[in-house]
Amino acid sequence: MPLKSKDLLGLEYLDKKEIELILDTARPFKDLFTRSIKKVPTLRGKTVVNLFYEPSTRTRTSFEIAAKRLSADLVNIAVSTSSVVKGESLIDTGKTFEAMKADFIVIRHSLAGAPAVLARNLNASIINAGDGFHEHPSQGLLDLFTIREKKKRIAGLKILLVGDILHSRVAKSNIWGLTKLGAEVRVVGPPTLIPYKIEELGVKVYYDIEKALEGVDVINILRIQLERQQESLFPSVHEYIELFQMNKERLKFAKPDALIMHPGPMNRGIEISSDVADSANAVINEQVTNGIAVRMAVLYLLSAKKR
Amino acid sequence: MANKNKIIMNKEEMNKAIKRLADEIVKENSGVEDIAIIGIQTRGVPIGKRIITEILKSEPAKGLKEIPFGILDITLYRDDMDSMASVPVVKDTVIPFDINGKVVVIVDDVIFTGRSVRAAIDELIDFGRPKRIELAVLIDRGHRELPIEPNFVGKKIPTKREEIVAVEVDEVDGKDNVILRQKEK
Repeated sequence: MPLKSKDLLGLEYLDKKEIELILDTARPFKDLFTRSIKKVPTLRGKTVVNLFYEPSTRTRTSFEIAAKRLSADLVNIAVSTSSVVKGESLIDTGKTFEAMKADFIVIRHSLAGAPAVLARNLNASIINAGDGFHEHPSQGLLDLFTIREKKKRIAGLKILLVGDILHSRVAKSNIWGLTKLGAEVRVVGPPTLIPYKIEELGVKVYYDIEKALEGVDVINILRIQLERQQESLFPSVHEYIELFQMNKERLKFAKPDALIMHPGPMNRGIEISSDVADSANAVINEQVTNGIAVRMAVLYLLSAKKR
Repeated sequence: MANKNKIIMNKEEMNKAIKRLADEIVKENSGVEDIAIIGIQTRGVPIGKRIITEILKSEPAKGLKEIPFGILDITLYRDDMDSMASVPVVKDTVIPFDINGKVVVIVDDVIFTGRSVRAAIDELIDFGRPKRIELAVLIDRGHRELPIEPNFVGKKIPTKREEIVAVEVDEVDGKDNVILRQKEK
């Protein structure tokens, strides 16, 4: 069963079977990393454009490595240094790359829905690498892959997302993906950072971290975006640390083998203490490795002849 | 018109053919030294394992407990991805030994156009530099599109291009059979 869409815009738009197909395909791709030659000729002759309207190192590099390991040609566009700053529209920019025969456009944009606009207007496959507060599907998929790899399943697990749920596209993709695969998803954070009516997505909301941690199998700690602090969404960083930082003491409320995840980059000493980040339960570096395998799987599965 | 299926090899004939493949591999290589077997997913894998079982029964393999065995999935090396409506499922490639200096015998159930074998050789070479690569197939049905010929053949069957040769093996299909199937007109 192939993917239904030519694009990857979010986990909201994938069904359970499609998500499982991507995770199943990523596993043999991960095996490639143990070989001395980590490259296969699968996407030879295809062109991938990384179009990043926001700065990013890990996601952009991860897509770059994924494309190169599949033998695709790759172009990186950092919008701040391109002619896009001269005022060209998003659709015109996309059409320019399509005229250059780009097969995939991986786009990060500060506005939610920007990838969907491109997807509707272009034949190339559009991959959302993060759009506003909306979704970051490849990060969501790599989180799912990591959880499944470590816990051997997702259905029935209790998974807690901690922190700034409101501004986190990672949280949104996690919520869509994890609930579709049958996990119990909990969120905890300051009330100002929990989106209105988020319960309607099937998650349980907590404001007390110790209660939220009770019996959880996985803790996904989100980055506190310090730049948002200027909007006074919580009283002070010090108070956030007091109430929500994941540290050794708090960890005792979770299951002893609970996985510690973080999408990076981490603010050590703020949302996560160093001893937790470096603990045996942390899989933060493995998330990065798995990200390449999952992105290879996405590029591979979207490379079917355009329908 | 309904599908017409004709059994062209039964269990017994398959066993005989696999034993003969094993005998020829040992004979042509003057023994079992340096030999490794690699089966192409899916049905080349059980056939490759059966060849190893037969080789281990042979005189030159006396005292030997195992022969290196690997599994090759050629999906990521195919040359027809562009023409497919959906991409094929990627399976495992497992080569748990060093292929450098080995005589690697690739095993597949059927050779047809030769493109799968081309992909298998490409992938294998990414793992190292074998001393020699040989090819053993249960069925050669002709219609090559590349200049590739097997070293060892279980049975040669002249076919029409549009016919289908289906190899069934107990390990995957629950029975041993080779079937020639006429495509519905």
